[in-house]
Amino acid sequence: MLKQIEGSHAVAEAVALCRPEVICAYPISPQTHIVEALGEMVKKGDLARCEFINVESEFAAMSVAIGASAAGARAYTATASQGLLYMAEAVFNASGLGLPIVMTVANRAIGAPINIWNDHTDAMSQRDCGWIQLFAENNQEALDLHIQAFRLGEELSVPVMVCMDGFILTHAYERVDVPTQEQVDAWLPPFAPRQVLDPAEPVSIGAMVGPEAFMEVRYLAHAKQMRALELIPGWAEEFRGAFGRETGGLLHTYRTEDAETVVVALGSVLGTVKDTVDEMRRDGVKIGVLGITCFRPWPLAAVRAALARAKRVVVLEKCLAVGLGGIVSSNVRTSFAGSPDAVHAVIAGLGGRSITRASLARVFSAAVAGKLEPLTFLDLDRALVERALAREREQRRSGPIAENILRDLGTVASKIG
Amino acid sequence: MSFQPVKFYQTGTFTVGNRLLAPEERSVQADMRRTNSLNSGHRACQGCGEALGARYAIDAAMQATGNRLIAANATGCLEVFSTPYPETSWQIPWIHSLFGNAAAVATGIAAAMKVKGRPDVRVIAQGGDGGTTDIGFGCLSGMFERNDDVLYICYDNQAYMNTGVQRSSATPPAARTATTMAVGAEPGNVFGQGKDLPAIAMAHGIAYVATATVAELRDLEAKVRRAMEFRGARYIHIFVPCPLGWGHASEDTIRISRLAKETGLFPVFEAVQGEITSVSKIRRKLPVEEYLRPQRRFAHLFGKTPRAEVIARIQRIADRNVRRYGLVDK
Repeated sequence: MLKQIEGSHAVAEAVALCRPEVICAYPISPQTHIVEALGEMVKKGDLARCEFINVESEFAAMSVAIGASAAGARAYTATASQGLLYMAEAVFNASGLGLPIVMTVANRAIGAPINIWNDHTDAMSQRDCGWIQLFAENNQEALDLHIQAFRLGEELSVPVMVCMDGFILTHAYERVDVPTQEQVDAWLPPFAPRQVLDPAEPVSIGAMVGPEAFMEVRYLAHAKQMRALELIPGWAEEFRGAFGRETGGLLHTYRTEDAETVVVALGSVLGTVKDTVDEMRRDGVKIGVLGITCFRPWPLAAVRAALARAKRVVVLEKCLAVGLGGIVSSNVRTSFAGSPDAVHAVIAGLGGRSITRASLARVFSAAVAGKLEPLTFLDLDRALVERALAREREQRRSGPIAENILRDLGTVASKIG
Repeated sequence: MSFQPVKFYQTGTFTVGNRLLAPEERSVQADMRRTNSLNSGHRACQGCGEALGARYAIDAAMQATGNRLIAANATGCLEVFSTPYPETSWQIPWIHSLFGNAAAVATGIAAAMKVKGRPDVRVIAQGGDGGTTDIGFGCLSGMFERNDDVLYICYDNQAYMNTGVQRSSATPPAARTATTMAVGAEPGNVFGQGKDLPAIAMAHGIAYVATATVAELRDLEAKVRRAMEFRGARYIHIFVPCPLGWGHASEDTIRISRLAKETGLFPVFEAVQGEITSVSKIRRKLPVEEYLRPQRRFAHLFGKTPRAEVIARIQRIADRNVRRYGLVDK
């Protein structure tokens, strides 16, 4: 059924269609609308046989989900940013225990300085936590990926994080096709846990594991993610058969057939990237796009195949490994047969900074001309940074960094939209 | 002689021998059908108060629930000594997730039982004092406030024993721990405000709060059984000596527990909906020295120059407990 709704509500509807049994909620922007909507559905009785629990922290949210999942209930929560970091210990625990919890991460920057806008720092900070990480390009994909996430996670006993850009997607009203309950029921079987806390068949879960077996347990977690790489493409096909839409899969290519330059990106920015690439194509530039849907497990072979004919790669990423540069680009380099120097990291959109077609065209053109640095910060205000560095050289007690920058800039929120 | 006088089995206590009681009044541990929920063979130290408390508490809970029980365990001694896999002492469905989240994990289990239509399956969360009064405090308070259907049991041995006897917020004043050494002008732990978890639990207005010691195991069993008569959040705080951390002889675990109660340092009571409903009276009030002296963690108070003023401050804490809880019959 076609609906014109907010991204968060589209996700809430998708989650509700998956018949979750325990939902834990703790408010943090920009995911809040999702759990608000689900809470309303439970309270009204529209979402039956579901416990909605308002917890006292994100750490508790994930912990309640762990308990519920270990007791055989389909568990869901959503978070973002600081919330994801606050629950980090439990995030690792959920995957270590092999509990197929599904969590939406409405991607947002991490402070300090405090910033509520979108980038991918939160999800990237947890990239090696043992969860499957899927990134949605638009709200239809966000909706669909949640339905796929429950099945994928439960099949493998691995938790799944569905990442969607905060505000850009969560707060955008778009047309989405909401499937029927019958469609989802036919696609998503009831949760059949591999391990369950059951008085009729008592088991101990969460024992101390020493050097004699820890490596093997970790290897199995890795092996399950490798298995996900095999399953995901087939399930995307199956999903298309059942729902009539191309959603999911490991990655998507756009105009890469003869592309000498390939831009790699995740999430909602792919739309702007494709528009920019279309413009450059009109000018005869052989450029294409590789959108990564599944970031963990990293689709090494699929990315390698997609980049096989590329002479250079521009990785546009909304995150920064401070002291290194790109995070996604580091992953891309493992999948690129050519020289690592041909993989360029472009750090963009941190803390909600707009990523414009004009700026993208500039860096893509520089890459095509062989003039792009290995690491670029898109639209970085160099003069502002230089003045800050000068202040620090001049004065030992130069004061708080972010506040100095803001005072120098003198305007508020000028580069959001 | 026309009659046989009733004899108390444990001389000097009010504990009557099981064999003199009607079968339904006998202790859970005396019952052939006891579940041995925390089975023998675990790796607790000799004289471990926590192992003793957990065995009695969980077996009592099992009996009260018809063996339909699930437990969530915080990281700590109880977790480590009970599950050195491939061995586990637990004969019940049991999960350990993290140090600070046992209450929240239990909430999740309880929610799952509710949604699956299994209200007969009851849920216990348990942890040591560190996992309860410090790192797990937020999750515990959240569980209380929401009134989730969970019984939380704190086994209080007054420090982080699993990591090597470091101070927790339940460590008493003057006690030596690895992070409050018996050195300097004020040896041992500071005299703080204390963190009175049973009182904090009562302030949440939850259905049932009780304290107990491993010296009075029938009382502990009765309180666990009583706790299982309520729905919603419940809390039992059990005083469990740690011979290793406290530096007392391992055969003195019960004696130390009794002394903690008989000096007034550990009030034993129960409360319903935040109101105290019964208090376990002190039979013969003893000075706190009797409790402090057998424990090496307080040895610095009894050196060549005894720290009389410190002992007096501890005595004032005991006396205040006696007044506050009415521990001595006038």
